[in-house]
Amino acid sequence: MLNQEHSIEVTNLTKYYGPVMAIHEVSFNVEKGEIVGFLGPNGAGKSTTMRILCGLITAKSGSAKICGISIASNPDEIKRRIGYMAENNPLPEDMRVVEYLYYRGRLKEIPRKQLKDRVEETLELCDLNRTARRKVIATLSKGYRQRVGIADAILSEPEVIIMDEPTIGLDPHQVLMIRDLIKNLRGKMTVIISSHILSEVELCCDRVIIINQGHIVACGTSESLRNEFINTTTYTLNMKGNTSALDSLLREIDPDLEISSSLSVVNDDYYDLELTTPHTRNLSEEILTRLYEHPQFRLRELRRKVPNLEDIFLAATRRSWDEDIPLSNNKVDRGKKNNQETATVE
Amino acid sequence: MNHFTCLLKHELRALFIAPSTYVTGVIFLLLMEFIYILILADFTLQPHDNLPSEYFFQLYWIPVFFIVPLLTMKSIAEERRMGTLETLMTTPVTATEIIFSKFLAAYLFYCLLWILTLGFPLLVNLTIGSSAMTVRLLDPATLLGGYIFVAISGLLFISVGIFSSSLTRSQLVAGMLCFSILFIIILGVPAVKTQSIGWFEWLEGALEYFNNFKHLEDFSRGVIDTRHIVFYFSYTTLVLGISVLITESKV
Repeated sequence: MLNQEHSIEVTNLTKYYGPVMAIHEVSFNVEKGEIVGFLGPNGAGKSTTMRILCGLITAKSGSAKICGISIASNPDEIKRRIGYMAENNPLPEDMRVVEYLYYRGRLKEIPRKQLKDRVEETLELCDLNRTARRKVIATLSKGYRQRVGIADAILSEPEVIIMDEPTIGLDPHQVLMIRDLIKNLRGKMTVIISSHILSEVELCCDRVIIINQGHIVACGTSESLRNEFINTTTYTLNMKGNTSALDSLLREIDPDLEISSSLSVVNDDYYDLELTTPHTRNLSEEILTRLYEHPQFRLRELRRKVPNLEDIFLAATRRSWDEDIPLSNNKVDRGKKNNQETATVE
Repeated sequence: MNHFTCLLKHELRALFIAPSTYVTGVIFLLLMEFIYILILADFTLQPHDNLPSEYFFQLYWIPVFFIVPLLTMKSIAEERRMGTLETLMTTPVTATEIIFSKFLAAYLFYCLLWILTLGFPLLVNLTIGSSAMTVRLLDPATLLGGYIFVAISGLLFISVGIFSSSLTRSQLVAGMLCFSILFIIILGVPAVKTQSIGWFEWLEGALEYFNNFKHLEDFSRGVIDTRHIVFYFSYTTLVLGISVLITESKV
């Protein structure tokens, strides 16, 4: 029974390169029109998963479906439904941008009558029409090359777009442009982006999947992951006053609120102070009010630190390392396992 | 079929805009011209039973050793090194279409280079212009047979080049591998055959079948035997088929 709601359905996907495990029982779904960030440290299995989704390599076990169609059974059909931008964005150096897009359009079976319109529309959308249109790809800057890669991925208006590190090596202006471009695709196409740049993913993705050592370690919106992985709320204060009296005052606000970091005197007797509490309730107003009630404390600055995706990523990967120490060398000792089984039989 | 036409056009375009193609073409024509002049010079010094074209085609292997690796070593190896093969394989194009388009583009260029050598006897005939000379220089049976042999054997040679290129990311390794395989096919087989003594004797029949010079003999006499055509077509299909499997498995 095909589930038409999911654009991408991955179930227990496993892949080995020889004895080295690349991914192990990876499962996740991506809904139609969603933009999902696929995060993970180097060698975590991001590119392997992406390549399996594109039908470039086959998995050892498990199933992957795009728009309800199995990739293993119908790789040709899948290729009509995806747009792929590979890592490092390989492009033929000797072609002009517009020639390349026409060539790719023909290969992607865009009807002849629509091809010209689609190419022009894509050139306009990726801001390639004015300066880069007739340029030879070898002469383009990194930013323009990335745009050509994205233009190629969206050219045939595929249902699913898979991008491996689309913003790598770009300057902030180009990153902004590509972020806007990806945001424009929301609701129209399903986009899955693998990236190292976490702030980028947080800004343009609806949901995040974090993979580490070939396992999915976290999956959800930034907010849900924040609640799952970051159990403390941190407040940073820049203040003056006796800290020994501060302890009792803090306990009155919240019994679990405590000073977490050592004091560091900045200048003119003011120092930075970090308070932590396991509760997520915002205590900023209470802290502010109570400190003003006591004139021996002079508060100059109060900040509630909201954990960003980087903190979530670090917490999620750290937790997976802690839980999965035997897999830390990424090698599943299948041989050893077999030997053990053989020994038992003997 | 649309994909194939599109890929073939792309390959031909890439071939004709690359400076290396023209360098290869010039080297080929200079070498072949030199060989032709030497043959004609030899004909002026002593009488020969055979025609100049027969001798010319018997030396077909000299340009094959460098032209085929130069034309084909880049085809798959470069695409794999650049990563463009990966992006190509994410479109609805099959590995068979990729391999056959690259093969056909290189093969057409190979044939074009050989067709240009037809200019040598034509130019000599135009310059000297005696009727006795025309008969010997432009004997249609020898020329037709020779060019058909070059065209048919070229299928196998180019497919070997494409196969070598599909095995590696390095153009240099692909080129060297292609040269080695061609050397074994063209010169190795007759060498083993002439040296066959004792336990090699049972191989003689098979080696005879693989001997390219044996195939050429019939063609240069103007005899077009379907056995030779089947031999080259079947081996070309086999080698290209293996290349398709390698490309599919090694993206």
